[in-house]
Amino acid sequence: MSLIVDIHRALGAFTLDVSFKAENGVTCLLGASGCGKSFTLKCIAGIEKPDSGHIELDGVVLYDSEKHINLPPQKRQVGYLFQNYALFPNMTVRQNILCGLHREKNRAEKERKLGEMMKLMQLEGLENHRPAQLSGGQQQRVALARIMVNEPRMLMLDEPFSALDAHLRDSLKIELRDMLHRFGHEVLMVTHSREEAYNMSSRIAVMDRGKLLTIKDTKDLFADPGSVPAAVLTGCKNIATARKSGDHEVEVPDWGIRFQTSQKVREGLTAIGIRAHYFNTQTQQNRFPVVYVEEMEEPFEVILQFRYAGQRPDCPPVWWRLSKEKRPREFPEMLGIAPANILLLYE
Amino acid sequence: MTFDWYPLWNSLRIAAISCVLVFFLGIFFAYYAARLPRAVKGVLDVFLTLPMVLPPTVCGYFLLLIFGVKRPLGIFLLQFGIKFVMTWYGGVLAASVVAFPLMYRTARGAFESFDRTLAYSGQTLGLSNTYIFWRIRMPACRQGILAGTVLAFARALGEYGATSMLIGYTPGRTATISTTVYQLWRTNDEKGAMFWVLINLAISTVVLLTVNMLEARQKKAVKA
Repeated sequence: MSLIVDIHRALGAFTLDVSFKAENGVTCLLGASGCGKSFTLKCIAGIEKPDSGHIELDGVVLYDSEKHINLPPQKRQVGYLFQNYALFPNMTVRQNILCGLHREKNRAEKERKLGEMMKLMQLEGLENHRPAQLSGGQQQRVALARIMVNEPRMLMLDEPFSALDAHLRDSLKIELRDMLHRFGHEVLMVTHSREEAYNMSSRIAVMDRGKLLTIKDTKDLFADPGSVPAAVLTGCKNIATARKSGDHEVEVPDWGIRFQTSQKVREGLTAIGIRAHYFNTQTQQNRFPVVYVEEMEEPFEVILQFRYAGQRPDCPPVWWRLSKEKRPREFPEMLGIAPANILLLYE
Repeated sequence: MTFDWYPLWNSLRIAAISCVLVFFLGIFFAYYAARLPRAVKGVLDVFLTLPMVLPPTVCGYFLLLIFGVKRPLGIFLLQFGIKFVMTWYGGVLAASVVAFPLMYRTARGAFESFDRTLAYSGQTLGLSNTYIFWRIRMPACRQGILAGTVLAFARALGEYGATSMLIGYTPGRTATISTTVYQLWRTNDEKGAMFWVLINLAISTVVLLTVNMLEARQKKAVKA
């Protein structure tokens, strides 16, 4: 079971060049809005057509510009959960799900599969409701039921939680995650939210302005994003240009300091990133004088902004985020950071 | 002497046939125009909408230019016994041309506001494009299409200018309600004119009431 994607297309302001291979499991396409994530899904589904390239699912070629193959979406058997769920408004829940069962000609079998899926998706009793009468969570379940009875060979989800209230989102995430892991085929999910990507996926592909930068196991990506866009997308708040000044040392001119790193610094280093959570008053390494700037309170945490003593005035303050209980009474004069927590970012 | 009901029958026949014609043609062009490149679409759009903004007599004039019995196309059609000038089915042609833009434009508006992800999701589920068109797109655009159909019917029923140019007024052959009203009024038969005006009012009222009822029922169905 595998998905091979290698597509190119001129898209207004930028060109889309996406190439990756994904195997069983949940892969997230993570990127800012308008970076080409959804377009990539649409190309795989056959709704949009790339200028050139190759798309293959489980050994079946869906698209190949050189061989002039371009299967219509109907023949690709690719499940697609749209951002707004795309339920047919003129049909009831039952009729909507039956649309996914149109290939099943045996009446009894059709009813059996329908009943089974209604039960699995906890939709019993809603058979004759119309989509407009359902809550966001129910709509999502109907849309998934309609896709699942259709027995797709892979599943694609486009921002599956964006149409839901925040409080619903978290409980549905757990439901959906468990369902996706049971699915047994390749799942591709598009999101711009690093939390969703972290919660749902085993692998993340980072996209930036039409390019796929890296594809890594989720935990590895957060531990070592490797590039500035990936660091930003995984939520790293402090990024500064840097250059290599030793095998285990980088110089950050904007902050006027040099950091020791535990990873060996390679050539081509352009910046470093430090996650706001990782500063520490106790750490003795990479310990430098700091000056308090201002703060912002969050429900359970506080963001303290500071500047390094030698920091250039035109570059933004550094963020330190910690839980409220751990907040020191006096702002410390020195802050340290463990060498392992310096993220090395390359071109 | 029995009363001559011919104009009522003729008007209804012309309006009904042109309404059906315009329904399919309007939807066809609306659907395909929406997919054309912008430049082609612009030109086609102007051409297809012209009959709406031109005075109907001008439309009638153009129809005579094209279908007149001394014109090439008119002569050609005559070989098959088809003559649009001074025949009742010429009235269908005139009414269709004038009513077409109303159907085309309202249907196009409805198609353009159609949520395309509905069609896409149908495709990824393996539903045929025909099924998607008739069972998903058309019902979703029902309001606009219904509105367009009613407008086209009403317009076809009330058509006067192009009709009188192309088929004139011959009692019992090409007379319609609107041409009859004019003819009777012109010959000082005010009572007769008033009678046909009332008939026309009655038909229009029934049509509009039907539309309102259908809309109300639809809203109820969505809410229930």
